[in-house]
Amino acid sequence: MIEYGIHYYDKLAEALAEHIGIVLMAMMISLAVAAVFTVLCSLSRTFSRLLLSAFSVIYSIPSLAMLALFIPITGLGTTTAIVVLVIYNQYLMLRNFVSGLEAVDHNVTEAAVGMGMTPMQVLTMVRLPLARKSLIAGIRISLISTTGIAAIAASVNAGGLGVLLFDGLRTMNVAKILWGSVLSAALALIFDGILLTVEKRFT
Amino acid sequence: MHAIEFRNVTKKFTGSAHHAVDDVSFTIEEGEFITILGASGCGKTTLMKMVNRLYEPDSGQILLSGRDVSTVDAVKLRRKIGYVIQQVGLFPHFTVGENIATIPRLLKWEKRKTEARVEELLALVGLAPDEYRDRWPSQLSGGQQQRVGLARALAADPGIMLLDEPFGAIDSITRTRLQDELLALQTAMKKTFLFVTHDIEEAFKLGDRVLVMNEGKVVQFDQAEEIIRKPADGFVKALVDSAKEKERFWENCG
Repeated sequence: MIEYGIHYYDKLAEALAEHIGIVLMAMMISLAVAAVFTVLCSLSRTFSRLLLSAFSVIYSIPSLAMLALFIPITGLGTTTAIVVLVIYNQYLMLRNFVSGLEAVDHNVTEAAVGMGMTPMQVLTMVRLPLARKSLIAGIRISLISTTGIAAIAASVNAGGLGVLLFDGLRTMNVAKILWGSVLSAALALIFDGILLTVEKRFT
Repeated sequence: MHAIEFRNVTKKFTGSAHHAVDDVSFTIEEGEFITILGASGCGKTTLMKMVNRLYEPDSGQILLSGRDVSTVDAVKLRRKIGYVIQQVGLFPHFTVGENIATIPRLLKWEKRKTEARVEELLALVGLAPDEYRDRWPSQLSGGQQQRVGLARALAADPGIMLLDEPFGAIDSITRTRLQDELLALQTAMKKTFLFVTHDIEEAFKLGDRVLVMNEGKVVQFDQAEEIIRKPADGFVKALVDSAKEKERFWENCG
């Protein structure tokens, strides 16, 4: 395994870089989409419940199947991977974001409304700051999940660490399989560590 | 022109069998301290919350200084009315000073004016400004928190103050002190106060006039002495008698 690493470190680096790229791009888009959905959810309880149920069902679809479903729509490549990752992240993010916002002390929000804050001001000045623990937790969970599912992205030619894994599995190259797994796990741990530090700083 | 006027105001919550507020009409003059007295569920909080449009009436009109509240933007209206609730609802992520400065901030006051106002209000509610301004709500006792809540509501110098059982969660010793201070404040400021309570003694002690409610209706609206002397119906009489009963108990023991 070490030999492989020494000989092909550029391939490993490339796969790692691709993987990080997919994950970060997917996370940014996921956050933007989740933000819009969260605002909509805060306006209507029914909508919130329906949306969360829908995404929880979607989340239970195996990633390979989801990716395959999107090939005819978005083709092969990173686009499909990112679309699917964004969709999966909605369940994890919305669940944390919406419940975090809901959990803010109702006396505090009542005082805020009674004082003359607009709904948007209540959201930005009161609810978001007080929900930050849940918000960051949601982002953290999504990041780890994305890092993992992104490995499957190789099956639709999106690149990333999954290439190592799938190649290795196909050719029974243990070194490749190990490197793919180790790097994926290490990446997930590093991301987790970074966000844990962020979480501690903000709470 | 009355400070507050209710004209045939009715409100029923969907799914409820009775009206929360049942065809209520009354007037309140500027500078009056009005206590709204009644049992839980009699509609007193619902009534008060229709003044700053946290609830909207199903029918009838509410006028503040002659103006129908439904014609004014609700958010702008609320910024001109002080609102104090039982659980205080201080923003835990703001300091005491920042809490008090909330409405001035919403109204985009100049920084120095806000700072001066915060200092003035802290002194007014009996909290040394330099000591309390930078403290966090979690560091304060219940009584201190409610003082801050009061200061926060007074920040933009509203003409009307709405207080929903503000001392309900506070120990009786502190409560007595806060009642006395509130009374002194109101007399000095000449603001119109609407104070909801289920405590008869508190209602009679603080109110220039007492609005007694039962099952959504106003059963009597008069000065405390008049209510004691001439209770309007059986309910009011029972209320007055229960207070007399307590008085007798204290006298017999002491």
